[in-house]
Amino acid sequence: MSKENKILLKVEEAGVSFNNKSLVRGVSLQVRKGEIVTLIGPNGSGKSTTAKIALGIYKNIEGKVQKFTDKVGYVPQKISIDWTLPIRVIDFMLLTENLSDNLINVALNLTGVEHLKDKDLSNLSGGEFQRVLIARAIAKQPELLVLDEPVQGVDFKGEIALYTLIKKISETLNCGILLISHDLHVVMSATDFVVCLNGHVCCSGKPHVVVQNDKYKELFGDRASNILSLYEHKHDHTHSQDGSINQDGSINKE
Amino acid sequence: MFDDFFIRAIIAGIGIALITGPLGCFVIWRRFSFFAGTLSHSALLGVTMALVFEINIAFSVFIISAVLAILLLQLQKKTNLPNDALLGLLAHSSLAIGLVIIGFLSSIRFDIMGLLFGDILAVNKNDLLFIWIGGVIILLVLKLIWKPLFASTINYELAEAEGMKPDKYNSIFTILMAAIIAISIKIVGLLLITGMLIIPAAMARNISSNPLQMVGLSIIAGLLSVFIGLFSSLEFNTASGPSIISAALILFCLTLIKFKKSKLNK
Repeated sequence: MSKENKILLKVEEAGVSFNNKSLVRGVSLQVRKGEIVTLIGPNGSGKSTTAKIALGIYKNIEGKVQKFTDKVGYVPQKISIDWTLPIRVIDFMLLTENLSDNLINVALNLTGVEHLKDKDLSNLSGGEFQRVLIARAIAKQPELLVLDEPVQGVDFKGEIALYTLIKKISETLNCGILLISHDLHVVMSATDFVVCLNGHVCCSGKPHVVVQNDKYKELFGDRASNILSLYEHKHDHTHSQDGSINQDGSINKE
Repeated sequence: MFDDFFIRAIIAGIGIALITGPLGCFVIWRRFSFFAGTLSHSALLGVTMALVFEINIAFSVFIISAVLAILLLQLQKKTNLPNDALLGLLAHSSLAIGLVIIGFLSSIRFDIMGLLFGDILAVNKNDLLFIWIGGVIILLVLKLIWKPLFASTINYELAEAEGMKPDKYNSIFTILMAAIIAISIKIVGLLLITGMLIIPAAMARNISSNPLQMVGLSIIAGLLSVFIGLFSSLEFNTASGPSIISAALILFCLTLIKFKKSKLNK
């Protein structure tokens, strides 16, 4: 991936406060074409808020946000569809853009929910609904994709498949992705750039740089630093049956 | 076969049903029922203003409704009071101010019953023209803004993020609401316009599975209510506006029975 790729989103020293209470401040980041930038941080650290600032949802923000594309796909963290509004998956897919049947089918197929096309949105399970949300966001072939905990409620197998899909989409569509995730494994293995938040930017950089940062260790604990080893390092450790890492190199025999 | 006034009433009713059908769906979806009620209450103030300044009633009602809608948005920013409290405040204070002003206008005879319940049988050709031209404009605008308005109704943040400009389209929708109240006040009256907005759409919700179907059924329900209401008012010599709303209620109850059954079958 070349460094010359077009910048899609540029956030500079941005923040937002409500009733004089700062939700997040001093956030700078940028997302380029074909790049996955991930926001991590504890609950209430301002990840979703930062995404919303970047998307222009908040009106009175500090700092500056520049978006260099109008083709945006967004998977919000929470969305509730009122019963009073009868809406099928197929109607929802067309929410912000008129798409061909083919594009819709392909997207639903990619996230594994093509069979739910004519189902009522309010009858879906949490995981199914998440898959529909992702399908809707990618069907419009966005240049910038913002995913706020996109796999919440999805079963374990589906989670891996969806993250693989997200990685693939960033390559095939060559779109920029701003991802919010709690799954440090995924973050560290599939991400180009990590921003670690806790009301402000604690640290940011390439995954292997961030995990070595003291502030990162403080926030997530020492174990979190070892996460990267799963993916990048030569085998200086082994795994026990449950997949956890044995630092001493022993194999947990039964 | 029928008298002219009855034909005119039917044509006026059809016009109103065609507009309230789709707008009513958005009222239900956006949980705007109380808002619609507030706007129609404020119509009384609109009418008194028209009398004071000797301007067109519909125009005056439209202006007052629009001002009220803006006022509501400002109040929402200024206080944390819940929406229903603010709407109640605006509804009843505008009603009260309207009535107080009427008190000063001792020289003018004022048909308050006509204002509250409308008089569809007294519609003249100019009124018809007004309703239909206004109605066509409202429906055209609604068709034009359908996609962004619908997206904003589903989820504000999603709509904003994906460039649907929800603030803009929400405001346009509010103006459309003010417009429908202004053009229908003479026909169904301010107490009943809310009924025409809500009941057919509520009925449609019970038996529809997608948004467009709900809009279609809502229009059909409105038309049926107008026909049944007007013919029965002719037959039983009842007040026409309330007869239309009563017919709508009966239709709603019928779908409720069917709806319960289909739910049990699942």
